[in-house]
Amino acid sequence: MGRVDVRSRNNVVVTGRDSGPVVLLAHGFGCDQNLWRLVAPVLAEQFRVVLFDHVGAGESDLSAWSPQRYATLDGYASDVLDICDELDLRDVVLVGHSVSAMIAVLAANRAPSRFAKLVLLTPSPCYLDDGDYRGGFSRSDIDELLDSLDSNYLGWAGAMAPVIMGNPERPELGAELTESFCRTDPAIARVFAKATFLSDNRDDLPGVSVPTLIIQCRQDAIAPPEVGRFVHEQIRGSELVTLDAIGHCPQLSAPASTAAAITAFASADAR
Amino acid sequence: MCQAGDDTTDGPDHDDGHARLPDATPAFSALLEDSAEDLYEHAPCGYLSTLMDGTIAKVNATLLDWLGYRRDELVGRRRFSDLLTVGGRIYHETHIAPSLSMHGRIGGLALELRAADGSRLPVLMTSVVKTGVDGSAQLVRTTVFDARDRRAYERELLRARDQADLERDRAQKLASTLQRTLVPPILPTVAGMEVDAYYHPASNDEVGGDFYDLFPLADDTWGFFLGDVSGKGAAAAVVTSLTRYTLRAAAVSNPDPVAVLHILNTVLNHEYQGIDPRFCTVVYGLLTREDDGCTVALASGGHPPAALLRADGTAEFLHIPGGQLVGALPDAHFAGIEVRLRAGDALLLYSDGLTEARTGGRVRHSEEELLDFLDTVAPTTATALVEAVKGLLTSFGDGVDDDTALLALSIPSAGTTRR
Repeated sequence: MGRVDVRSRNNVVVTGRDSGPVVLLAHGFGCDQNLWRLVAPVLAEQFRVVLFDHVGAGESDLSAWSPQRYATLDGYASDVLDICDELDLRDVVLVGHSVSAMIAVLAANRAPSRFAKLVLLTPSPCYLDDGDYRGGFSRSDIDELLDSLDSNYLGWAGAMAPVIMGNPERPELGAELTESFCRTDPAIARVFAKATFLSDNRDDLPGVSVPTLIIQCRQDAIAPPEVGRFVHEQIRGSELVTLDAIGHCPQLSAPASTAAAITAFASADAR
Repeated sequence: MCQAGDDTTDGPDHDDGHARLPDATPAFSALLEDSAEDLYEHAPCGYLSTLMDGTIAKVNATLLDWLGYRRDELVGRRRFSDLLTVGGRIYHETHIAPSLSMHGRIGGLALELRAADGSRLPVLMTSVVKTGVDGSAQLVRTTVFDARDRRAYERELLRARDQADLERDRAQKLASTLQRTLVPPILPTVAGMEVDAYYHPASNDEVGGDFYDLFPLADDTWGFFLGDVSGKGAAAAVVTSLTRYTLRAAAVSNPDPVAVLHILNTVLNHEYQGIDPRFCTVVYGLLTREDDGCTVALASGGHPPAALLRADGTAEFLHIPGGQLVGALPDAHFAGIEVRLRAGDALLLYSDGLTEARTGGRVRHSEEELLDFLDTVAPTTATALVEAVKGLLTSFGDGVDDDTALLALSIPSAGTTRR
């Protein structure tokens, strides 16, 4: 077997100051590294910024995707550690948005020495309600989401099938690739959605030994403030910042304050 | 298409859709001079404008009517995502909102809206961000189309796709199960020799036409063969099965490999006469163990030559001229040769999937190139030989478009042998 080319598998992009501390940005379920495009340039002034696409998303190598490896968040965490190994990243500030917040927790718990700090952006360790815990969703809600993904299958097929099949004689497909942002092969999206919304990582939180910042929005339909507080309570010594922003993607709805919060935490002296 | 705007300027020939109607009578003009307000409110599609935080700022009468809400229940009070199902809300947050932010528009969205009475309305939506003079996003305009009929149709398509996926899985399982019955599950152990085999199916959906076997006949005597029947799929599998059992039965009573092929030829001829001729190519061998190695009597019916890799590092093809396809002609001719294998020698049988693989585009990997490759591999053992050729096949990638079977036998080299 040949060695896995991690850089192309995960479409790794490095920008910013070569000598700066490393900030590794992990996107969540639904889109790709473009989600960071308003935040990354700000961070790049001070940090070495490493962006990537999870396998199955964006311009990752779709041939590297397998329903087994990517059925659990551990598979994605392994990829994060692969990227750190491949680029020999040290003292990494790992920023995980949405589901990647838990992927970041898993990666940091497996290799704590790799990471200087964690930033969990709109995290949720468990989306399903369970006893006293309010994750916000029921199993049937998640089934509805899977239906939504399937319903948008036809639109996806029209936009993406020619791209994936490879059509060198059609240069206009470059434009379609940009359009493909947030459009994922529904078979892949379904597996990622299940891994995202059916995982329960509450027990992994107390194991976090890396200084951690939790950033949440004032109002977020996917990760409500009480879930952010739960994460804050479970990770000893963690800090919690609540942005005056609405939605699940503050890096889009409030990029300046998101970048400021990351910068302040990442550049502060480690305690 | 449903478009907002004031298309109220109507000349006599401005509109193809109406041009053939009687001349613009006053009454007709009056009809066209709908107010923009009326066009908006009672358009055949729903209109919705939301602030950037999702708050509903404006909604037309059509959509209110579809959903059963009063205007004051929605405007300024509810967010767009409140109208979505919970699953749709997650989809909105993770896909739609980021896409709108990136591109300023998103179309062709299939969602369900929740009506006031709890029922659900399947819709197709397109949203566009309206920006102010300074380029900042001000609000999102959305058109909503009733998609009940369309969604029923799409659901049927999805159901058909799921069914097709299921059927394909079933067909693949059937093919792989059937395939396993055509080659031995594991090769038997031959004392004093190393044996190995490999089967590379060209397709998961169809049973391939290649086969091989290795089986005991008497003390120190073994039969083996490797071949390729014409065609693929279930019909080919029937021929493969018949061929395999005929060879094994014929081998029991015939020490002469050429005679064994004649029997197979007769059986295939009797079975497949007339409009559906079926034939195969095969190398059949009888192996007799000796103290210092073995003797192999080989017969070939139209099959690519076996390769002999000597302990001294040379490789050669064992050409058997004159062997014809088995089953094609009633009085086919077959030929045989005899070779001796000594310590360090290895014998390779293979099917034409290997020699006909396309390398670097359309050029086929030739027998000469295979021999050059084997030259670099010799001397070797059966296991290492199969591994090496597997590696070669892997390097062809998509170029291997036929099934490929490999069967290798070797005598361990002096020092590692004689247990």
